Amino acid sequence: MPLTLLKYGLPGDHVPTRDIPPTPDLKRSYDVAIIGGGGHGLAAAHYLSKYHGIRNVAVLEKGYLAGGNTARNTTTIRSNYITNQSIRFYKEAVSLYESMSHELNFNVMFSQRGQLTLAHSDSTLRSFHLRAEMGRHNGTRISVVDQQQVRELCPHLNMDMGGQHEVVGGLWHEDGGTARHDAVAWGYAAQASGRGVEIHQRTEVQGFDIAGDRVAAIRTNRGTIRVGQVIQAAGGLNEQVARMAGIELPIRCFPLQAMVTQPLKPFLNTLVSSANLHTYLVQSSRGEIVIGGGSDPYQLAATRSTLDLKEQLAHGAVQLFPFLHNVKLLRQWAGITDMTPDYTPIMGASPLKNYWLDCGWGTWGFKATPVAGKYMAETVARERVADILQPFSLKRFETISLINEMGATAASH
Amino acid sequence: MKIMNCPFNGPRNSSEFTCFGPVRPPIDPDTADDAAWSRHMFQLDNTPGVIREWWRHTPSNYFFIAERNTVTDEIVATYEPAALHGKAITPKEITPKEIMP
Repeated sequence: MPLTLLKYGLPGDHVPTRDIPPTPDLKRSYDVAIIGGGGHGLAAAHYLSKYHGIRNVAVLEKGYLAGGNTARNTTTIRSNYITNQSIRFYKEAVSLYESMSHELNFNVMFSQRGQLTLAHSDSTLRSFHLRAEMGRHNGTRISVVDQQQVRELCPHLNMDMGGQHEVVGGLWHEDGGTARHDAVAWGYAAQASGRGVEIHQRTEVQGFDIAGDRVAAIRTNRGTIRVGQVIQAAGGLNEQVARMAGIELPIRCFPLQAMVTQPLKPFLNTLVSSANLHTYLVQSSRGEIVIGGGSDPYQLAATRSTLDLKEQLAHGAVQLFPFLHNVKLLRQWAGITDMTPDYTPIMGASPLKNYWLDCGWGTWGFKATPVAGKYMAETVARERVADILQPFSLKRFETISLINEMGATAASH
Repeated sequence: MKIMNCPFNGPRNSSEFTCFGPVRPPIDPDTADDAAWSRHMFQLDNTPGVIREWWRHTPSNYFFIAERNTVTDEIVATYEPAALHGKAITPKEITPKEIMP
């Protein structure tokens, strides 16, 4: 990357290239069809075309490229989960982000600033000790810090919260960070389309032709295509798409709202989150404070926003950093999260032989973009679920072997 | 959705209510197998459109049923749980003997 910058940056005659080619006509058949042109689907397309030599691939996107939850998340990347299966998986996600700009020859602005989760009670601190031990056991950088260390990591933080939510310590996760979400999707799209993958925007999946236990063809608004294998990575629409294929998923959809303030001078060098206040904050590279929290309190299939949630987020932000009380909000938005009962994704096999699931990504999907793409591609190429994905199967709900990540996920990233 | 009509308390601000998720079809614990239990616990209604849910008016702790459109976020109807079962459910009389054997 730095050499390329010198080669093309210094001479003035470099013509920029178009990263994503225009949508071509649909062919009659593809080896692999990927439903969903978000980060996960595009990453899978990249890994299929670069490492498995499968290039006759169509990415089918209902709207525009990466316009769903890839565009609406708050870009947190971390691996401080509580179960072995999850930590092992997300740890690899973090390491793939560390090398992503090189891998894609596209600057994804990965900024590994560390994430600080605040404890406001002794019981929270005890659960942090467990998470820290699990994380260290799996080789991630994570430790429990006391009040003094919290002060040093985050000097502007309001430590006593008026006595109501006094900060008694925290969970410091040095591996945590952020990346530019659009760049991640565009980088994968550019790489994949450069190798022959077709990206079909405004192409809505409307049904499936199923023969026995296989999907034979996908019907779209632009025509029907025959497919060898299918990956479903449709974000907030996962449950509905799966239902079209006759697959029932234990997923319910909730909106997730977030907002950013006007840009401020840099003062916050870590990601700060508080589960008690259902709020987390990060200062973007533009200086804006990105504020997010938990999902809405009841399910909804629309991305409407509410004043209640905005007030709740603002309340949390002002408790943590009282000097933000005069700051104006610049933008606010919502995405639809596909929540699973155990706050863990569903990946791997489905009841249909050639139909592979990458769904149930709820509020925690962005960080897993590279690792989910990598192993979904491996799964499809070998027609066998990758080892690291085995615990995340849809079957776990039948055998009641759930992977409970509620404490490490809900409202705290 | 700003105001919700509680069957017991009348119209109240929506912030006074808590959602308890879609109404599940009843299951027979004597005959249900693992797959049926799995569906009962995890397979809840996610239809875009009108769904039937349990809600609670939090200050009075009154539980009732609401039919709500998950696309437009509008309450279609609210009613007492008795209407769901077609008959009134009276709490079983608890004798002191059952509390302290």
